[in-house]
Amino acid sequence: MRATAGRDAAPLAVEAMARGHRLRAWELAPWLIAVLAYFVFPSYLALGSQILISILFALSIDLILGYAGIVTLGQSAFFGAGAYTAGLLAAHGWGEPLTGLAAAALVAAALGFLSGAVILRTKGLSLLMLTLVIAAMLQEAANKAGGITGGADGLQGMEVWPVLGLFPFDLYDRTAYLYSLAVLFLAWLAARRLVHSPFGRSLTGIRENEARMHAIGSPVFRRRLAIYTIAAALAGIAGALLAETTQFVALDVLGFERSGSALIMLIIGGVGRLYGPFIGVPLYMIAQDRFAQADPVYWDFWIGLLIIIVVIFARRGLLGLAEQLLQKARRKP
Amino acid sequence: MNAALSAAISIGFHGLAYAMVLYLISVGLSVTMGLMGFANLAHGVFAAAGGFVMTRLMNGYDVPFPLAVAAAFVAVAAGSVVIERLLYRRLYGADELSQVLMSVGLIFISVAAAKYLWGPLAQPMTPPAYLSGQIELGARSFPAYRSFLIVAGAVVVTLLWLGLERTRFGARIRAAVDNRRMAQSVGINTNRLFTWTFALGSGLAALGGALGADILAIDPGYALEHLVYFLIVVSVGGLGSIRGPFFAALLLGIADTGCKYLLPEFGAFFIYALTLALLLWRPQGLFGRA
Amino acid sequence: MTSRFGVLALGASFALALAAQAGAAETVKVGVILTYSGPAASLGDQIDKGMSLYIKEHEKDLPKDITLELIRRDDTGLNPATAKRLAQELITRDHVNFIAGLIWSPNALAIAPLSAEAKVPTISSNAAAVSLTRLSPYVARVSFTLWQECLPFGQWAATKGGLKKVYIAVSDFAPGHEAADAFTKGFKDAGGQIVDNVAFPVKDPDFVPFLQRVKDAKPDAVFIFVPSGKQATALFKAYDDLGMRAAGIKIIGPQDIVPDEELPNMGQEPLGVITAGTYSNAATRPANKAYVAAWKREYGDKTPPGFMSVGGWDTMAAIFGALKATQGNPDPDKIMAALKGWKNPDSPRGEIMIDPETRDIVQHIYIRRVEKLGDRLANVEFETLPMTKDPWKELNPAK
Repeated sequence: MRATAGRDAAPLAVEAMARGHRLRAWELAPWLIAVLAYFVFPSYLALGSQILISILFALSIDLILGYAGIVTLGQSAFFGAGAYTAGLLAAHGWGEPLTGLAAAALVAAALGFLSGAVILRTKGLSLLMLTLVIAAMLQEAANKAGGITGGADGLQGMEVWPVLGLFPFDLYDRTAYLYSLAVLFLAWLAARRLVHSPFGRSLTGIRENEARMHAIGSPVFRRRLAIYTIAAALAGIAGALLAETTQFVALDVLGFERSGSALIMLIIGGVGRLYGPFIGVPLYMIAQDRFAQADPVYWDFWIGLLIIIVVIFARRGLLGLAEQLLQKARRKP
Repeated sequence: MNAALSAAISIGFHGLAYAMVLYLISVGLSVTMGLMGFANLAHGVFAAAGGFVMTRLMNGYDVPFPLAVAAAFVAVAAGSVVIERLLYRRLYGADELSQVLMSVGLIFISVAAAKYLWGPLAQPMTPPAYLSGQIELGARSFPAYRSFLIVAGAVVVTLLWLGLERTRFGARIRAAVDNRRMAQSVGINTNRLFTWTFALGSGLAALGGALGADILAIDPGYALEHLVYFLIVVSVGGLGSIRGPFFAALLLGIADTGCKYLLPEFGAFFIYALTLALLLWRPQGLFGRA
Repeated sequence: MTSRFGVLALGASFALALAAQAGAAETVKVGVILTYSGPAASLGDQIDKGMSLYIKEHEKDLPKDITLELIRRDDTGLNPATAKRLAQELITRDHVNFIAGLIWSPNALAIAPLSAEAKVPTISSNAAAVSLTRLSPYVARVSFTLWQECLPFGQWAATKGGLKKVYIAVSDFAPGHEAADAFTKGFKDAGGQIVDNVAFPVKDPDFVPFLQRVKDAKPDAVFIFVPSGKQATALFKAYDDLGMRAAGIKIIGPQDIVPDEELPNMGQEPLGVITAGTYSNAATRPANKAYVAAWKREYGDKTPPGFMSVGGWDTMAAIFGALKATQGNPDPDKIMAALKGWKNPDSPRGEIMIDPETRDIVQHIYIRRVEKLGDRLANVEFETLPMTKDPWKELNPAK
């Protein structure tokens, strides 16, 4: 199984690559909206910070799926590893949030490197299954190591210190929201830089035509391993953010549902465009929240319907649809 | 009878019953994924549907067990054709991600529909009296229904393998899995073949779901809960293979049961580790093509 | 003329305003977090029905000018992170005065720190993990703890119960471990022998391989805890499939394994099973007869009330009682003071009290046997262990 989503995005992607990494005005839009939301929706900041964290997680998947063509259903392994790292530190006396993030990134990256080294030699269905199985193994291990992780009951006793010593985590999630926003912004800047760099472009080459990349001597395996490790680090940071902002870690951080729904949100937004998560994640999570409140028993029907409509009418995700419409608009005389 | 032998027999027996159910459900997935190249994660929906149809007929209308099972097979196979024409066909040429997305959407809708039609609880399944109770074999007793499950499973598997080896339909499927374009150029109508194969695969899944209701309870979340195991059976067995998933299911069923019996502290960890090892050793699956 | 009219009008409107002020009702909001969807939805249904029934029957007992508003949220099951977020939203968005419900212990444990931080009285209608009431001074419990049920049960099983060798098989989460630990202590202290123990996965286990292992070990009985609902039914089916009764192995456990509302669907297998519990809807005390009759009137015959519904009923009784004692003042510290030592002599399960020191429940524990009453199976109480406190708190004093 090879992801071919990128091929469809070719025209605009080429354009974007040609322009390099100059920051354009519309790229600031999501950040302005996020800051506005802080003031306009003060009682929804819990949902808001969870959306921001999920965007970061989906972004990490986009890097390996959209840019390197690796289909993964096991990214939650790194998310969960980061979450438990930060959680265990905070539960055992070291509640400093920023170092918690750093530790989580390191642990997740190490896990990504080790598992990638083993599995990235395969591809297609077996690679997909291997990513899945690694996450499942980690989840089982965390379950059985209940003495350390709290098992099915969750990790108790986390105490997270104020961010930078100045901003304590409060019940209204104000600190949580701004903290998550800041981390997401920095991560996005880094991802953007990466994607527009020669390394990033070589990844696109690997995705589009691996044989040719081998032929021109590009170190394909090493590049894939590198991006896999970086994405794992980002996922680990997202997990640590969740642990720190909710001061709780349960087994679902390693679960298949988390990997699966992040993948769905990414596909809905559009893969391989770096901004897909910013569209897909809020849409999906807000819809889910609204559906669940409106129809607590059958909300999955509405989500399923939404997904099928998107698949049939917006095959390349909503960003792909937007691109199509833009192209049509440009062609009009 | 000494304890170790007794344990081995227990594990072998229950593992085999579980393996039969897993195989019946997963073989259809292996064939459709190998034949149509379609990443259908919603395959479990057909298994669950079979279970729902059978239990509704038996519990609500007192339909006898054999008839209810047959009805489940036919109804779900027919229904799958409708869904194939309506939804799946649109995405045959599409990329795998869109297919994955669509099948997940389908799972969500089916979960909600099952809840709506049958409520959130698992459907009770009482086997008929002549298949209940225990069978005495020497010093041991075996649950009658699970014994039946093993025998019935073996019969279906044999018929399936014979059918695929000896019939023209079977030959066409094997040809199309091997090389679709070549098959088309020798005049095989692949579109119609897809539909028939899809129906057969879904029907078999329904059969597995219905017969296996004892082991894998029929509740609305079925397709999602057991997805990982079905995928493991198919990937370890080898996409497009008919025999591969059988040995994969056997391996998985017995290992899983053995673990629960001997090492319950490890949970499902061992199964995943085993899958990891197998896929690293043979990424194309036990019987897949490299 | 106009000025007199003006004064009259002014006076009348002033009087109206005063009257409106006096009649202004204060709304007390109760955030109810239960499982309303998924396989465990029947449990949420039981508790919700118990709560609603109490409110319906006792609405007139509220202090005047107080209206109660229930805000319901679905935690979708054993989901501590979701439950925590829901509680947070109830506190910050809906400004609830109480949080009630809470089926699953992990969910309750995740919520407890919030109740302490925001000072919101939180009442557990079901969650039974022993440490819960220690996590926050604003948490009280009206359900039960597994130590409360299972330690005396272990003692009874070794003595009057006549069991010598027991195998322990419980679900792998907090209530399961507590049930196992409590029963083991009671049973061994009274001279019994624990053969071995095994833990079932929490979500959707296939019981057969585990029970096969139990059967092969040949104990007198197997002590089992699984969450109430569909797992209990699946468990008995596996017990039946393996022919364990014929092999002479009894099943014992806390009341969760033979819930009253599931018994009609469980076939004949549970007949003769002995459990320790807090409530059976077959009890003959007058308070229960009235409860069952009111339930039938309101909800019909299809779903009988079980011990979870009584948890909901008594939760509302406690809230009403506290509000009456504070004359409608929802101030958290006054409410908690009123809850400590609160008694309900007319609970359908017999007298109950909230322990002023631990804020945990004190109640009678009954030993019951499943028997045939008329055409149905029911839990018949045959022995009472009166006003039992939670023994875990006494064995593990707070530091």
